[in-house]
Amino acid sequence: MYDKLWLIPLFPFIGFLINGLLGKKIKNEKVIGSIATISIFCSFLVSCKYFFQLLGDNQKVHEVIISSWINAGPLNVDWGFLLDPLSGLMMMNVSGLATLITLYSIGYMHNEDGYYRFFSYMNLFAFAMLMLVLGNNALVMFVGWEGVGLCSYLLIGFYFEKQSASDAGKKAFVMNRVGDFGFLLGLFMLFWSLGQHGVWTVRFTEIAASTQLLENGGIIVTIITLCFFLGATGKSAQIPLYTWLPDAMEGPTPVSALIHAATMVTAGVYMIARMNGLFAMAPETMMVIAIVGASTALFAATIGLAQNDIKRVLAYSTVSQLGYMFLAMGVGAFGAGIFHLLTHAFFKACLFLGSGSIIHGMHHAYHHAHLNDDPQDMRNMGGLRKKMPITFITFLLSTLAISGIPFFSGFFSKDEILWWSFASPRGHWVLWLMGALAALMTAFYMFRLVFMTFFGEQKTDARAKDHIPESPFVITLPLMILAALATVGGLLGIPHVLGKALGHVPNLIENFLAPVFEHTQHLHSLHAHGTAATEFTFMGISVGIATVGIGIAWIMYCKNPQLPAQIVAAFPKLHRAVFNKWYIDEFYDAVIVNPTKRAGTILWQLFDARFVDGIVNGVACLVKGLGRTLRYTQSGYTHSYAMSMVIGVVAIIAVYVFN
Amino acid sequence: MITITHYMAVSAILFSIGTIGVLTRRNAIVIFMCVELMLNAVNLTFIALSSHLGNMDGQVFVFFIMTVAAAEAAVGLALMIAFFRNSDSIDVEDFSLLKW
Repeated sequence: MYDKLWLIPLFPFIGFLINGLLGKKIKNEKVIGSIATISIFCSFLVSCKYFFQLLGDNQKVHEVIISSWINAGPLNVDWGFLLDPLSGLMMMNVSGLATLITLYSIGYMHNEDGYYRFFSYMNLFAFAMLMLVLGNNALVMFVGWEGVGLCSYLLIGFYFEKQSASDAGKKAFVMNRVGDFGFLLGLFMLFWSLGQHGVWTVRFTEIAASTQLLENGGIIVTIITLCFFLGATGKSAQIPLYTWLPDAMEGPTPVSALIHAATMVTAGVYMIARMNGLFAMAPETMMVIAIVGASTALFAATIGLAQNDIKRVLAYSTVSQLGYMFLAMGVGAFGAGIFHLLTHAFFKACLFLGSGSIIHGMHHAYHHAHLNDDPQDMRNMGGLRKKMPITFITFLLSTLAISGIPFFSGFFSKDEILWWSFASPRGHWVLWLMGALAALMTAFYMFRLVFMTFFGEQKTDARAKDHIPESPFVITLPLMILAALATVGGLLGIPHVLGKALGHVPNLIENFLAPVFEHTQHLHSLHAHGTAATEFTFMGISVGIATVGIGIAWIMYCKNPQLPAQIVAAFPKLHRAVFNKWYIDEFYDAVIVNPTKRAGTILWQLFDARFVDGIVNGVACLVKGLGRTLRYTQSGYTHSYAMSMVIGVVAIIAVYVFN
Repeated sequence: MITITHYMAVSAILFSIGTIGVLTRRNAIVIFMCVELMLNAVNLTFIALSSHLGNMDGQVFVFFIMTVAAAEAAVGLALMIAFFRNSDSIDVEDFSLLKW
């Protein structure tokens, strides 16, 4: 039934091979772009086929083993794929968005150096990400996990001749390594501790079936899940490992949209959802996850308030929204977290692509006017809604979605997370408050961005401002599709209370995901803490918060544009701290990076240069000295050699005879 | 009556003469001849002991040694000719190119 599942990652891999090996010779941009887009689109078509087949199937979990990979003692690992509602949703999400964004890149990357390189990396990324979500065991997932990390590094450093871009790539890679180390340790411990009970396995289905062998809430399960969570913080940019994501904006904008907003950074969320049974057994870990998620949501949102680079605002917004997903995971609302992952993928990809469209237009105008201004600085924009109408409308729809305006997708998913953060048995009103504050800031900074970019008077340099074009169709088409999804995507997950009020509208996504989260149902029995009335109240509060945030943004950036400057003048220190990202990068440099470098220097100068080199050079000196002494025996005279042979023979015979 | 002891003595004397010749002479051809002398001293021992012990193994050995000696003579003489062409001398004192 599902035995051709391996085609899904195979297509982008073929695209990667063609463009990677032959792209330099092909040269024609249209051909390269088409190969990349078609290969990932084929994979999307196959995904659709299997996804709809799964929808109509009564059995929801299917494993397909391709071949054996490792057989060593009790460790048996296969190349195998797992299709269940969770991986089905993720594969649709990944292949669909990758198709749209690759199509968009054809227009966006026009005339860039290394055009073929970009598209082959994009395909390689799609391959690795699909391996990650479809792998049936933790090792195949880890292959994908490392693969997406590699592609992220390659694509962040795409403009490698720029120092800041290659630095950002290295930073992302190193910080991800810290997380991967946690992932691996967690995996080793899980394998070993399940093995103590006779189950040697890395397969997800077997892990899920045998977690009850471990002590519920015990120290082992807590350590394992904390290690896995460390892996997730690295990949998904959570406190303390989040600082790489804003810097990753050095990459081209489609990369930011695909990898650093919609797919790769959600890998950590996916991984936790995949092992939800294990995580549910460790309440301490869940608490840590919820706290980290809520703090990240709040903290990143504060930084987003004061940034002027359009992509940086979106980057901090991504970190903040990922925090929401982890908050959902932490309070046991796995379905809500995955739902937010999905809606966030729609609206954030649309926002990033929209910002790319703006940057593309600004860059074009500056290029036309021979200016070297920064095309990403929002202070140079304003009034773009007339210049770029399609970009404006799609951007606005997505902004409404992320702000949580009712009936846009973000409203349903964010509201569900906020509700569970309060109502779940593992929730707490403090978590809710942090999430709500973050939602207020989100609405504010997103509308600040919209007002600064699209409204008001045009602040672009006079020589350039009449040359800002609307982007071509390959760019606006993905924008329109994504904006439509961002608008209506939330209808997949209408909350129960609202569904009941409207007359038995089911929560499609929750019902669909139910088989995956059946072991953790007890964590979100509906009436744990509150009644329908309470839930409606909370919903009303969320909407109120979003409206207030938008209102403040409108007052500050539309009605009274002098106000922000006055506020900055009133609190100069606070503004400087926020503007400089609370000096977290400087803090890490001082506490971790520089001491590590210093320790490295000391080890190099003392241990390596003195001790290791000392041993090597000492041996060399010894041999040299011996050689200098002994070379006098090699006189070159045949007689002396013959003499020494005779003496030797006589000596041997003497020993033989006289013994 | 010539006993095995006589054969042994002659052989030892021949071998010693050969050894001293190798150690003291400088002319490569003479050294070469001395080496042949040593080989033949050994051959003599083999044959004498073979006859004395009534065992044919020694004689077989001698054939091998003679064959090797003939081959060695061919190679050795060729080497010396090559060397003489290079340096107009076959004095072993001049054969010291490979020393330190």
